[in-house]
Amino acid sequence: MKITDEMTDYISELARLRLKDDEKEGVRSEMEKIINYMDTLNRLDTTGIEAMSHAFPVKNVFRKDEVHPSVNREEILANAPDKKDGAFKVPKTFD
Amino acid sequence: MILNTLTALEAGKLIKNREISVAEITKEALENIEKTDKNYKAFVAVCADEALKRAAEVQKGIDDGTYTSPLAGVPMAIKDNMCTKGILTTCASKILTGFKPFYNATAYSRLENAGAVLLGKLNMDEFAMGSTTETSFYGPTLNPWGENRVPGGSSGGSAVAVATEQAYYTLGSDTGGSIRQPCAFCGITGIKPTYGRVSRYGLIAYASSLDQIGPMGKNVSDIAEVLNIISGHDPKDSTSVNMAPLNISLNNDVKGKKIGIPSDWFGEGLESDVKARIMEAAKKLENMGAIIEEFQMPVIEYAIPAYYIIACAEASSNLSRFDGVKYGYCTPSFDDLTDLYCKSRSEGFGMEVKRRIMIGAFVLSSGYYDAYYKKALQVKAVIKQAFDKAFEKYDAILSPTAPTTALKLGENLSDPLKMYLGDIYTVSINLAGLPSMVVPCGFDSNGLPVGMQLTGKPFSENELMNIAYSFQQETDFHLKKPVIRREA
Repeated sequence: MKITDEMTDYISELARLRLKDDEKEGVRSEMEKIINYMDTLNRLDTTGIEAMSHAFPVKNVFRKDEVHPSVNREEILANAPDKKDGAFKVPKTFD
Repeated sequence: MILNTLTALEAGKLIKNREISVAEITKEALENIEKTDKNYKAFVAVCADEALKRAAEVQKGIDDGTYTSPLAGVPMAIKDNMCTKGILTTCASKILTGFKPFYNATAYSRLENAGAVLLGKLNMDEFAMGSTTETSFYGPTLNPWGENRVPGGSSGGSAVAVATEQAYYTLGSDTGGSIRQPCAFCGITGIKPTYGRVSRYGLIAYASSLDQIGPMGKNVSDIAEVLNIISGHDPKDSTSVNMAPLNISLNNDVKGKKIGIPSDWFGEGLESDVKARIMEAAKKLENMGAIIEEFQMPVIEYAIPAYYIIACAEASSNLSRFDGVKYGYCTPSFDDLTDLYCKSRSEGFGMEVKRRIMIGAFVLSSGYYDAYYKKALQVKAVIKQAFDKAFEKYDAILSPTAPTTALKLGENLSDPLKMYLGDIYTVSINLAGLPSMVVPCGFDSNGLPVGMQLTGKPFSENELMNIAYSFQQETDFHLKKPVIRREA
């Protein structure tokens, strides 16, 4: 499969990554090489085989609806690059 | 007294018998790191002050009977993708610059509760994405067994800290071979437990359905004791299995154990020295009373593409949390929120991480999901079935860990696909969730260590470690040590 420049741009947009102009071609060609290699899976017939997310059966885990103290807000915010009034601070998202 | 040549259990015994104090052994370990690590760079951060303070606390706990573990007071270190409260945790990435978690990973807090003394955090490939420890933001770790050789990866720091006797044991994590391959490259012993055996709480996620924490050390007895401590159910990890902590007993008896060798794993691409050492180990086990049989396991060729599709897909989702807002690196100037996200991530992640995030975003994207991601999950089911079938006949599977011994620095860094292909013997085991361990079994013609991989059925860690333990009773490969360069 061919990975085009447009696809590379689209995938970086999905991944919230911006590649520098001199990185783009390298990433595009490496991805193409890797994805073509991944296409070898098509040689294996998997008709009728159920997709398996977990190697062992996992079930939803519930716990009792009890109130427990949460983590201290200051501790969580201690690592924030920017904060204000006990919250993470981000640029304005709408006008 | 030179303590660092002792095994973890030997050191623990001296502490228990009051022949040495926790402060003495910790101080010696820190001095040794100071002299040694310039040459190997196993550590991302050494926490000397914390360790000395902790040593005094642990001594008190041993004296008053709080800490009774055979490893109480023994200095250790952990891979830098496990959260340590108030101690820098970076995943060897710029994007986690300055991050100090407010909680401990469960595996570490269990060791803490057993009286462990943390020396520092260990280098790794950035976000555990790599097989050489060269993708670390902090630069590569060096293998003590050869000039300019990589230690393997991604838990390269964890392997080198043990191989250079800077830490008595370490924790690593294994998503596609990241404990086992560095153990093989550095001549040490380690295990990737069954998926769910050890809690992943506080392990910074790469690919959640494959990640598993495990111990790395000088011999089987040491890592068995560590695994006893860190295993067991944790309500904070819903994939941790509801089983009691392990209590491994080792008895040096492999008589009648059926060990299968997948003969189609020994073909093209496998170095002849590695092949020879594995076959010699098989012969040794046979002489010890095990029944060795060859069998066919052809689906392995599909394991690498399936693994990289699944791992990258999960990574692209897991790593979306690094956005420059909550912790770590934030770009200094931005126009709006999207710009903040994009710039922080693009400046904070290294190239291999970006590549895997993008591959993951691609295989999950509309129009390609069925062809890649769903297909990979079907292949995973086929691989699991093949292992199930093998374990109807065998107690364990013996194989190489990697096709080569330790590579030269830079050899694979420029060609990601070539690096991925080196994971051929390890990734299928993560897809099937199986326990798998590596034991030193000789050297190649350059004097570089070879490790054999023993894989078992789910939750057969005790049986598996018993085979490995028996092998170490009859061989001395795990006792061989590299010449370690230290400053005067």
